[in-house]
Amino acid sequence: MKIKILAFGIAKDIFGSTSVNLEMANDSTVYNLKYLLEQQYPQLKQLASYMVAVNNEYALPGDSLHERDEIAIIPPVSGG
Amino acid sequence: MTKSSKKNHLNTNFQIFPFPLNVQYVIDWVMSPESGGIDVFIGTVRNQTKGKKVIRLEFEAYEPMAICEMEKIAAQAFKKWPVQKVLIHHRTGILQVGEVPVVIAVSAAHRAAAFDACRYIIDTLKQTVPIWKKEFFEDGEVWVGAHP
Repeated sequence: MKIKILAFGIAKDIFGSTSVNLEMANDSTVYNLKYLLEQQYPQLKQLASYMVAVNNEYALPGDSLHERDEIAIIPPVSGG
Repeated sequence: MTKSSKKNHLNTNFQIFPFPLNVQYVIDWVMSPESGGIDVFIGTVRNQTKGKKVIRLEFEAYEPMAICEMEKIAAQAFKKWPVQKVLIHHRTGILQVGEVPVVIAVSAAHRAAAFDACRYIIDTLKQTVPIWKKEFFEDGEVWVGAHP
């Protein structure tokens, strides 16, 4: 399946774009996505932490991804 | 009005604006005849961080998720304290020193609930709401908290 990943804050700088497209196996999880992204963008591993959001909710590593999900990389937040 | 305002109920108001926040509107919105007190937190852009001069800030938000997270925080505040209305407004874009990135207002029949809920809301917002701040210095710029 093709998935699109939105990027914000420093993740946008690391990707060099506000979103990236990836090809993943149909039963992929958040854990698989983080692994794949860290291979392509090793700078992600230097962040203090980062989360993945699926359909506007923080996701857990074992959560599965689907083709039409809205997926986003959430680096450490700093609002307020 | 933003698209997000459609989600708001009578006692909550969550919005993200690319233009200056209106503090008087915020106070008027949470006030009601049943209220005995209103607590307002106004975040402002400070001119330095750890002794380094800050020129300006830039805020970016993942808006639909930010509104969802604000709703969760407010729901918790309503569970924990007898508060009447909760409002959270946040800025995006470039802000100069002294400008206002965030305003939180809480009304309640008695002041203790308003104080406690307001503090809980700003403290939790800083931990969970997907909004990012970039600090601009004379010699560079940095996304706050991105690196250990």
